[in-house]
Amino acid sequence: MQEASTDTFPRLLLKQARTRPDRPAIREKDLGIWQTWTWAQVAEEIRSLACGLAAQGFRRGDRLGIVGDNRPRLYWSMMAAQCLGGVPVPLYQDAVAGEMAFVLQDAEIEFAIAEDQEQVDKLLEVLPQWPRLRHIYFDDPRGLRHYLQTELMSLDSLQAIGRDFAGRNPEFLPLEIDKVQPSDVAVILYTSGTTGHPKGVSQTHSAMIHTARVLVAFDGIAEGDDLLCYLPMAWVGDFLYSYAQVHVAGFCLNCPESPDTVMTDLREIGPTYFFAPPRIYENILTQVMIRIEDAGWLKRRMFHAFMGVAKRVGMKILEGRRAPALDRLLYRLGETFVYGPLKNVLGLSRIRVAYTGGEAIGPDLFDFYRSIGINLKQLYGMTETCVTVCMQPSGDVKLDTVGPPMPGVEVRIAGSGEVLVRSPGVMKEYYNRPDATREAVDAEGFFHTGDAGYFDADGHLKIIDRAKDVGRLADGTLFAPKYLENKLKFFPYIREAVCFGDRRDKVCAFVNIDMAAVGNWAEKRNLPYSGYADLAGKAEVRELVRECVEKVNRDLAQDATLGNSQIRRFLVLHKELDADDGELTRTRKVRRRFIGEKYESLVNALYSAEARCHVETQMRFEDGRTGTVSADLEVVDAKTFDVAAARKAA
Amino acid sequence: MGRSVGGPILEVEGISLSFGGVVALQAVSLDVREHEIRAIIGPNGAGKSSLLNVINGFYHPQKGSVSFKGRKRRRVDPHEVAQQGIARTFQNIALFRGMTALDNLMTGRTLKMKSNFLHQAVYWGAARREELEHRAKVEEIIDFLEIQHIRRTPVGQLPYGLQKRVELGRALAAEPDLLLLDEPMAGMNIEEKQDMCRFVLDVNDQFGTTIVLIEHDMSVVMDLSDRVAVLDYGRKIADGTPDEVRHHRAVIDAYLGVAH
Repeated sequence: MQEASTDTFPRLLLKQARTRPDRPAIREKDLGIWQTWTWAQVAEEIRSLACGLAAQGFRRGDRLGIVGDNRPRLYWSMMAAQCLGGVPVPLYQDAVAGEMAFVLQDAEIEFAIAEDQEQVDKLLEVLPQWPRLRHIYFDDPRGLRHYLQTELMSLDSLQAIGRDFAGRNPEFLPLEIDKVQPSDVAVILYTSGTTGHPKGVSQTHSAMIHTARVLVAFDGIAEGDDLLCYLPMAWVGDFLYSYAQVHVAGFCLNCPESPDTVMTDLREIGPTYFFAPPRIYENILTQVMIRIEDAGWLKRRMFHAFMGVAKRVGMKILEGRRAPALDRLLYRLGETFVYGPLKNVLGLSRIRVAYTGGEAIGPDLFDFYRSIGINLKQLYGMTETCVTVCMQPSGDVKLDTVGPPMPGVEVRIAGSGEVLVRSPGVMKEYYNRPDATREAVDAEGFFHTGDAGYFDADGHLKIIDRAKDVGRLADGTLFAPKYLENKLKFFPYIREAVCFGDRRDKVCAFVNIDMAAVGNWAEKRNLPYSGYADLAGKAEVRELVRECVEKVNRDLAQDATLGNSQIRRFLVLHKELDADDGELTRTRKVRRRFIGEKYESLVNALYSAEARCHVETQMRFEDGRTGTVSADLEVVDAKTFDVAAARKAA
Repeated sequence: MGRSVGGPILEVEGISLSFGGVVALQAVSLDVREHEIRAIIGPNGAGKSSLLNVINGFYHPQKGSVSFKGRKRRRVDPHEVAQQGIARTFQNIALFRGMTALDNLMTGRTLKMKSNFLHQAVYWGAARREELEHRAKVEEIIDFLEIQHIRRTPVGQLPYGLQKRVELGRALAAEPDLLLLDEPMAGMNIEEKQDMCRFVLDVNDQFGTTIVLIEHDMSVVMDLSDRVAVLDYGRKIADGTPDEVRHHRAVIDAYLGVAH
């Protein structure tokens, strides 16, 4: 059996099984211990799965639905489908039956692999709407003893059928693998669309493998690396960083015991490569801070003292820049007493590369990890481009950017400010949606991301907002409300912010304080308050918020493009913005236009010279009754900074 | 669904139990059939826990007999009862609070451990093999009860609902034929109750364990049990299916009270 090239996943698998048959390929924690499978064993398992599927009628081009937590047999099923020239379609394990129904119908899925009873139940619920789903194979038999549906079969049984089939037709699978072309679709990943229905992004073997090769070269990923697969299999990142990378570089994947045990499993594995969205890094930090506050006096003193050292010099040391000798010594002591044990407990001791992306990360969070020696970097991309658009190389990491374009990726900024991407990783199409595909990928092959951004002086891309939300001030300055709101929300005292400024002469903002943080702050200063509205109305609180706003303004002044969008006036709202009142979406996104209309009197006050404003609004109580709330709010002027002067000083 | 109910596995006949002048049980007779879920209900102080303690061997009745698996037993100690295949949980949780969940479950395997103290202290050969077997069995129970994430947490730190689940696990570790549950749902919120109900049903369905449970929550009793016995002031006042018992005059009187 010959291998013309290794540009398809099945051929990569065969190569790994041939060149490193006894090295670990994948582990799963089961019954309390880590069970390991070597590449040779993995190849054997996939063989029986693929032959079983073929024996059951799976044909070239068929789609295989896969739903469940990260489990070895689910990953093997993806490969099994690809070996037969089929296309795996992973679904989100927490999707409800209705969402699953859409994907099953859209991708016309007749074969599905389900992890356990929960997923099987959901598929069975969908069956009446999509009767073409004729085969459901399950991994974990628990709870399924009494299920009599003819569509159901265990993966154990499927593999037994497969072994039998392979025995009788030994040449079948190698021939099928040979037929797979790099230009064939390797996977269909559905993007969770915010508007309309999700779309199935079709990516080819060559797009994914090429991208994986670029990534492996970029970060020097090799056979000794370990990665914990805990992010959903339906997400492009898991397919790329776990599945694709492991077949290119031959390291080992590790599947946690259950979603609840991820943090302990992280500690046991100590991965060398890690990706998480900012909120997971935030959760980890919060856990650390809570436990530190509960620790004994000595530990707390040591922690705060050495974290001070880390803040001073940690990042310099990580990036190999000069730092005073005394500080270096202190940092090394800190490593022994604080940072080292801390990283160990979190499972981050062996991290060579840690990435984050998907949304903006707060400066304190970013600095914390980097200062204790974790090489945390940012990246930018989406499903339609095999993620990889911009990534920060080790040694060229900045807080506010997503990094320079990756090798082979062209990034262009359209006149509207929209980011356009052309690369080998751009999708083949949206499955069965030629209209949407034409809209997204233009005649020159550039994918329209829908994000607005620009390149800074160092060649790093800065993403500021969704393109459709970005506006311009009356003087033409870029106005990116979400960018400004995020900067405000990074302060613990500010829970929510709404910025106005499109086609206006200046930027003004509403601010919601965070009750817990500001309440705490007030108590420490012996400031009595009787509730949210009372606290929000205090002059001292306005001062506190003003300090935050001015810090943001100082930051903005450093940036030539955004310098003029500093916040000049703001007010502190008397009530929290709430989804029940229609002011936020259910996912806590601000509904700017609605808020602008509802609080029109306040917006007018901001843009006039008035110092005070009266407001009366309707609000809905939790039991559904409505009531009126009224308040007198003071408008505060914030100091702004000269853009040119700030740049000179910096 | 579930296995079909067999013949009687436990027969309690004419049990009378007193503590000095206090009569806890008076001529109580009931039977428990193999593979069924049997509930014992009644107002507080009716003698339900006392009955369980008699079955268990903690209390020795002044009159009456207990037959398990067809053999009438003489006066027995709790550990002999456990060895015969009866395991139980306790109303107020009797776990070893300083030990982890895993270790607590391992203690449930005590009666099945054959190697002697010295052997285990040195930990090689047969002792090691045995430990691994017991650990494997306990891990299956941990998997069954979905408590992997608290495997190594000291039990005293766990929330109440999880402690009860660990105690159930310890009882299951003994691989009993008959499982006695003393108010397994007490103090739980709705979500915890639903989880515990599911586990009780799964234990009965998957392992075929016969279950006797004392419970106050009527909806749980009605949903779970095959047959219900009602005690009041130490006497059995009703016995039958949940529906029969629910409409029984004496039961209603016992719970709601009757003008004397």
